[in-house]
Order: sequence, then structure tokens, then C-alpha cells
Amino acid sequence: MRVLSAERMVINIGPQHPSTHGGLHAETVLEGELVVDMAVHVGYVHRSFEKIAESRTYSQYIPYTSRLDYLASHLPTLGYVQAVEKLAGIAVPERAEYIRVIMAELSRIASHLLYIGSLAIDLGATTGLIYCFRDRERIMDMFEMTSGQRLIASYMRLGGVAEDLPDEFFPAVKSFLADLPQMLEEYDRLLFGNELFQARLKGVGRLSAQDAIAYGTSGPNLRACGVAYDIRKAEPYGIYERFEFEIPVGTEGDCWDRTMVRVEEIKQSARIIEQALRGLPGGDIRGKVPRVLKVEKGREVYHRIESSKGELGYYIVADGGEKPYRLHIRAPSFVNLMVLPLISKGGLVQDVIANIATLDPVLGEADR
Amino acid sequence: MVLDTGPNIIVTTLEKIWNWGRARSFWPLTYGCNCCPIEMMAAGAARFDIARYGYEVFRASPRQADLLIVAGPVTLKMKPVIERVWAQMPEPKWVLAMGNCATSGGPFKDGYSVLPGCDSFLPVDVYVPGCPPRPEALFHGLLELKKKVESGQSGRGYKG
Amino acid sequence: MKVLKEVVEDISQVFGDQVLIEEAAGFTVIKVICPQVLLLMRRLKEIHGFNYLANLTAVDYRDRFELVYHVYAVPENRGLVVKTSVSREEPVVPSVVSVWPAADWQEREVFDLLGISFEGHSNLRRILLPEGFEGHPLRKDFPAER
Repeated sequence: MRVLSAERMVINIGPQHPSTHGGLHAETVLEGELVVDMAVHVGYVHRSFEKIAESRTYSQYIPYTSRLDYLASHLPTLGYVQAVEKLAGIAVPERAEYIRVIMAELSRIASHLLYIGSLAIDLGATTGLIYCFRDRERIMDMFEMTSGQRLIASYMRLGGVAEDLPDEFFPAVKSFLADLPQMLEEYDRLLFGNELFQARLKGVGRLSAQDAIAYGTSGPNLRACGVAYDIRKAEPYGIYERFEFEIPVGTEGDCWDRTMVRVEEIKQSARIIEQALRGLPGGDIRGKVPRVLKVEKGREVYHRIESSKGELGYYIVADGGEKPYRLHIRAPSFVNLMVLPLISKGGLVQDVIANIATLDPVLGEADR
Repeated sequence: MVLDTGPNIIVTTLEKIWNWGRARSFWPLTYGCNCCPIEMMAAGAARFDIARYGYEVFRASPRQADLLIVAGPVTLKMKPVIERVWAQMPEPKWVLAMGNCATSGGPFKDGYSVLPGCDSFLPVDVYVPGCPPRPEALFHGLLELKKKVESGQSGRGYKG
Repeated sequence: MKVLKEVVEDISQVFGDQVLIEEAAGFTVIKVICPQVLLLMRRLKEIHGFNYLANLTAVDYRDRFELVYHVYAVPENRGLVVKTSVSREEPVVPSVVSVWPAADWQEREVFDLLGISFEGHSNLRRILLPEGFEGHPLRKDFPAER
């Protein structure tokens, strides 16, 4: 039997690619279909967020934060306004806190629904995307009702939220939560119960807990490896300590676990929204904020929240003026992408797509 | 289709038929960085349904696409990539600048890494403003492009 | 964050006057001189169990650069801040990639946007900007408007 010689081939997955979630460039060295080496390049969507922050006032920067993680746009905005409120000592009224939690958890559900949809289309099941977008549209409608914008709703303000919830919001969110179990069952029958879908994800892209922590992975990717670490429980911000919810944890750290952890998180977010709706008090929706907000020199803050992608942190240094001296955004997608070569090496090239999809990077956030 | 026989009744009628067909079946390229492609995906999904206009065939390969929807800001690093992809697309081809960032740099105009609009290096046919533009706004842009193509005036990529 | 007494005591004892420990913004902040960064980080990880590098960034204070590290012990969630300063004329800092691989891209980003070099980093190249870009945008002397 003759041994045929194999040649190594370098292919570029991205940056123009239907499945790379933005401009991700994975330079892959292949031997046949086996991935031998990989170098990940980012920066194709670098929009100079941190430099722009130095020439905008604290309030003016809020719409920019919504454009960070545009799939769940209330979450990065929440992190930012809470960071500035911590920095400047601004109090937030109760009603605004509850509204913020409702919006943040709806964003998380919207992000995870899009995760399921884009995972489906990346693996070849286009119908999954259509179903998930249909359900996501209901959340987009709710965002439009409250803030006027579907996708990038810069709804949070320093000290509270922009507008109060309109009357038509409550029946909309209640009917959405009532239909949610049925939606998830539909995805189960369409996608998760499918043998081929499972074969593409089970045992693929294993990440050990030790590697995950060493590489700074956070969010559902970390929890899929078995580490029960969720900032909403470990270091509660806002009023999250008042809500009862569980942290879904995986065991294998493979693509399947990363997917199932997110599906469970949708159910837990629905629980939080129900509790928040029941406990929603009356009152103001915005606290007292000076017209021109100046924060004294020498103050700094590092505030982090559990975004749908992981730990989203804002490091802000003030200098006595109305604009931040330095604003650094700790983007979960940026740090999470570091493990991509680690989990892809030794696998097949088709698994690279599954790995990228299940790590759920948002390149707008990764590159800032 | 370029024929050197000059304008005559056969060629102009054929051009009209080709343009009629092209305008009703753009094949957009799956390119997008950022928030705008999410609205583009929503436009392709069931609620807004780009298929009713005939534009649902998003192709991943530039060889098979004829419409480049530049959705999102063009950064310094991405510019050579788009130029290459644009060069690979066969003619006739068109460009639709979707969103404020592709039109003029948008909110990131004063950033050091974002180009002030993709028209600095691409011949844009239609601009769709918005941040991000609603799917209906994208459809309006596509219909404007359709009118443009049908009437025979097209992007500079096409010598017609 | 609760004050981490044992960590503070141990670090003060081992590093003496090379560190300055204080409480600020809810964190224990350890300010260390630049050459001792790697030893301090190694001690924090191996002896005190700070296994998670949450954030690595730097600030240009016009007369110096200051590097800021937020490290945590996961999942117990003990956290602290380490800061070190380096001169603007010769901004070279020891890399902590050997302690936490999470520092890899974050150090590249600081190199790219602020121009601080990390000694011991095997792949110190620009990450967010194209290779041929000139200048380091987050420095205060880089123009804010184009």
C-alpha cells in the first residue's frame, strides 16, 4: 500500500464569510480536513470606541455603548450607566431598577435566540434562523414600544431609564413569556432533537475548566465547562440579589454544552422577568443627576456585569471634567476568542464553524 | 452584456429585457460587519421577507453575487478586504451603502480607524441612512436601486 | 470586595517597600514597581489562588503610563487590583502571559493602542489596527479628531 503525501494548505475563514459573526479572520492550516494550526485575527470592526469616549460627555456616550453588543443592546448600556453611577454616586429609583432588569433579561433572551438561529444557519439548517428571528421580532417590538428603536435602543439613562413602560408593554411581555416554553419545545423538535445537529455538536470543541479560567473565558462558555460562576450571583449589581434563579452549568465543555447552557439561561431569564413584573413598584423612573455631570479627579471605577457573552467590564478614570479621562471596555467576546485555536486544533475544518458559532462572539464588541 | 454594435432596436430591446430581469433578482453578497447586518438578516427573515421582492438569494461567494450591500462601517483593516471582494464580483454589479456608518462614517466619524463612508473607494448607487435602518428602509433602498437599474442608469461597474 | 487580609500581609512581607497597598473604589489595590510585576503576579496566582485575569489595560497619565490589572479567584470571587507605572520614554513592562494566557491579546491591545512593549510576549504585534498604521491612538498626544 502506497502512502500518499499530504500537503498543508492555509485557508482563510473570513473576514468576509457568512458564518463569522462579523469580521473574524481565522487563518487555518489544514492537512486534508484536519486543522493543524490556527491564527485568529481581529480588528476588522475596530471603531475607536475608547478614543471617542474621551471626547464625549458621560451622557453623550450612552448611545455608543448600545452599539457594542448589538444583539443584546440593553446589556452593555446597563453596564455603562451603572459604572458611571458608581463613579459619580448617583442613586437610581426602585422602579427604574426593576425596569432595567426586565430590559436586560429580555436582551439576554433576544441574544440567545439569535445564538440558536445563527448556530442553526452556520451548521446548514437555514430554517432555524427564520424561526428564531420570528420569535426575536416580538422582543424587538417590545423594545420599540419602550424606546422607539428596535435593535439599538439606547434606553438607559444616567440615574434611570429614558421613558416609562407604556400600557401595551405588559400584555406583550406576558404573552411572550407564556409562549416561550412552546417556542423552546419547537426548537427542540426542529434542532436539538435532531441526530445530525447533535452529532455536529457533541464532543466537538472541548474546553477544559482549567483552560477556560486561565484564558479568561467568561459567561456561558465558562459555565459549560462546569464552573458555576455568574457575576449576577457572585457580585450582584443593581437589584439582582432579590431574584431567585439558577445558574445552568455544563459538564463536558463541548459545543453541545455551550448550546444547552444558553437554552437553560433563556428559561432562567424568563423566571427573572416574571419576578420583576410582579415586584414592579410605582414611582420615578429617573433619579437626580446634575445637568452638567462632572466627576472629581482621581476617582476611578471598574464595574462589571454578566452580559449575554460573559463578563463585560467598564474601567473609567475621571479627571474632574465632564468627559472621562480614560474609558476601557473589557469585552467578553475579545477574551473568549482566545480559546478558538485551542479548541479547534486537532478537529475537522467543519468543527471550526461550530466552534465559532458556539463561542458566540460579537465582533463589534471584540474589536470595539 | 456589452456589444459593440452601437444602439439599435435589437440591442436596446435586449438591454431592456436584461435590465428588467436584473432589477428583479439582485443576489446580495453576505457581507456585513456590525449592527446593520442584523437588520439585513431581519429583512431576510419571515416577518419582513426580502423574498417577496426577489432578493433573498444571498450568496457567500463574490463570484456569484451582484449586489454588495456595505452594511456597517468600513475600517482601515477591512478596506483592502472589501476592495478585493468587489474586484472579484463579476459585472454588472452595484453597491448599496446601508446605514450611517457606510454612508458617512456615522457616529464613529471622528475615530481614527473608520473611513468616512464607503463611497471613498466604491461607486455607491444607493444610500440608505439610519442607525440601523429599519428593514423597511432597506427595502426602500433596494426598490430605488431597482428603479435605477430598470431605467438603464447603473453603477460604474457596468458599462451599459 | 472584602479586604483580603492574608494576601495583604503576605505580599507586604515578601515585597516590602517595593509595593504600596491601599483600598480604593471598593478594591484592594497593590501598587508595585515595574520589574517586580511578574514575580508578584506569579505569587498571587500560585500561592493565593488568583487564577483569573479579568482585565488588563493601561492609562496614559501624560507623565507616565500606568498599567492596571484586575485579578480574581474564580469561582470564590475574591478580587484585587494591581497597578504599576512605567515611564513614557521607555515603556517596557514584563509580560504576564506565562502566568495567565488571558493576558495574550490584552497585552497586544495595549501595545497596539498605547505603544507599551511587553517583555517576554512571544507575538507582540498589532491586533486591532492594520500592521502599517503609524502611531498609538490612545496616547494623549495622538489627535482626537482626524
